[in-house]
Amino acid sequence: MADATMTEPRRAALPRVNTRAVVMGLYLLFLLLPIYWLVNMSLKTNAEILGGFSLWPRDLTLANYATILTDASWYMGYVNSLIYVVLNTVISVTVALPAAYAFSRYRFMGDKHLFFWLLTNRMAPPAVFALPFFQLYSSVGLFDTHIAVALAHCLFNVPLAVWILEGFMRGVPKEIDETAYIDGYSFPRFFVKIFMPLIASGIGVAAFFCFMFSWVELLLSRTLTSVDAKPIAATMTRTVSASGLDWGVLAAAGVLTIVPGALVIYFVRNYIAKGFALGRV
Amino acid sequence: MDKTTNHKAWFLVLPVLALVAFSAVIPLMTVVNYSVQDTFGNNQFFWAGLEWFREMLESERMWNALGRQLVFSATILAIEVPLGIFVALNMPKRGIWASVCLVLMSLPLLIPWNVVGTIWQIFGRVDIGLLGYTLDKLGIDYNYTQDAVDAWITVIVMDVWHWTSLVALLAYAGLQSIPDAYYQAAKIDQASRWKVFRYIELPKMAGVLMIAVLLRFMDSFMIYTEPFVVTGGGPGNATTFLSIDLVKMALGQFDLGPAAAFSIMYFLVILLISWVFYTVMTNLDKKGG
Repeated sequence: MADATMTEPRRAALPRVNTRAVVMGLYLLFLLLPIYWLVNMSLKTNAEILGGFSLWPRDLTLANYATILTDASWYMGYVNSLIYVVLNTVISVTVALPAAYAFSRYRFMGDKHLFFWLLTNRMAPPAVFALPFFQLYSSVGLFDTHIAVALAHCLFNVPLAVWILEGFMRGVPKEIDETAYIDGYSFPRFFVKIFMPLIASGIGVAAFFCFMFSWVELLLSRTLTSVDAKPIAATMTRTVSASGLDWGVLAAAGVLTIVPGALVIYFVRNYIAKGFALGRV
Repeated sequence: MDKTTNHKAWFLVLPVLALVAFSAVIPLMTVVNYSVQDTFGNNQFFWAGLEWFREMLESERMWNALGRQLVFSATILAIEVPLGIFVALNMPKRGIWASVCLVLMSLPLLIPWNVVGTIWQIFGRVDIGLLGYTLDKLGIDYNYTQDAVDAWITVIVMDVWHWTSLVALLAYAGLQSIPDAYYQAAKIDQASRWKVFRYIELPKMAGVLMIAVLLRFMDSFMIYTEPFVVTGGGPGNATTFLSIDLVKMALGQFDLGPAAAFSIMYFLVILLISWVFYTVMTNLDKKGG
């Protein structure tokens, strides 16, 4: 009988709407509960966290956030992370644009092999690359700089950006290119003035995913930095091992790492579905 | 779309090639270099041939890690893919609620991986975590730092929490591309809910689902940060997956030779499985048009 109530995917039959709402409600509850718990802890004093169990902060405090936002060794972690993430996003999308155009428009020697080889870099375990990266960037004097982390993250973000952009470019009719060339546009001018605005949402989606994967990565960014470019994620792990019990500050730092991601999602929310719709992530 | 043959297109690919050569080929060559040499310190290296590979292939430690890795990847795929599809089928199709669901579901995807670990580390603690505390009060003996089974369950639930949304969002995008006319035709034919799913929705989602499976397989096979933060690979070696073991070997014990040989075999396994997925995927693409 459950099947019978589900046969009309569009109609707002009451029982069906309810099952949907219940399923989504439970799933979102499952997603949000651990996050709520982190926020909850970040608003408590350490005494309250360890002293007893409470579902919400009895003794609301913003001291944990104040600790982070006034201590340079904490908040510089966020600044460092943002610098290399933005650098990486810009580099990845910039080099991926012409390459994606080539893959979407032309057939050339070794194109398919090249495309798969690029994708294999997305499959390379960061753990494999941690040590060689450390040695490579140390030997060229880039160790502990933002650009080193940005370049290292290109390993998986460039192939991803090429993959996503190629999908979007394939959707643009070829006649547009040809008309532009007949009208006397040079390739660079056509690409910037006409082509890029057409795939603006694709560029947005590619940038979103580059931002995301660079922001969440820890292993490489921790290996390649010590002080000057130390990401927030690494700052957190250090504090856990050093003082061990400062749960409130740790939770507050965690909550603050969620904020940039949440902001980015909010701005690109309409593009996400579109980007996913192309089946490219 | 018809593509024209133009070998000059290589010039457009050059920047990517240069960048990836720097950030992938050079490091990979370093790994290959280490894998065939032995060192007695002081930067003196000796040719060791395939000795390290033989040693790693005979090492129980690597096979155990590989076994745990395969079980882990298979388990999370078996949970996340059906659950993701199920969630996608229940998502609102349009309107404000669709946006709300999209934003909330993307949230776990954008949390740094070590923070994901921290969240679950706290959430599962018996003294201060909601989950651990609740289970404890219900009389269930739960301790993820001591009990191997509990550690496994925690790591798997964490991964499901972290990544099911990705599968769901991809499946949702596939569903969105189905024209209304298909459903109307199915309704005229009085197709059952199951038949609508089997013959309309599933084929339309096949392409994106393959990508979801590929991505989840690759990423779960490379998982490091989240279980490392939660369990540190323990208790004992119960949750020591391949990457955790590798980092222990390479950066902890500095056994460069074995670690490099391990790396290469690890990479080859991922490459092989991904290549199979990729070939199947592109063939599906061609058939589907």
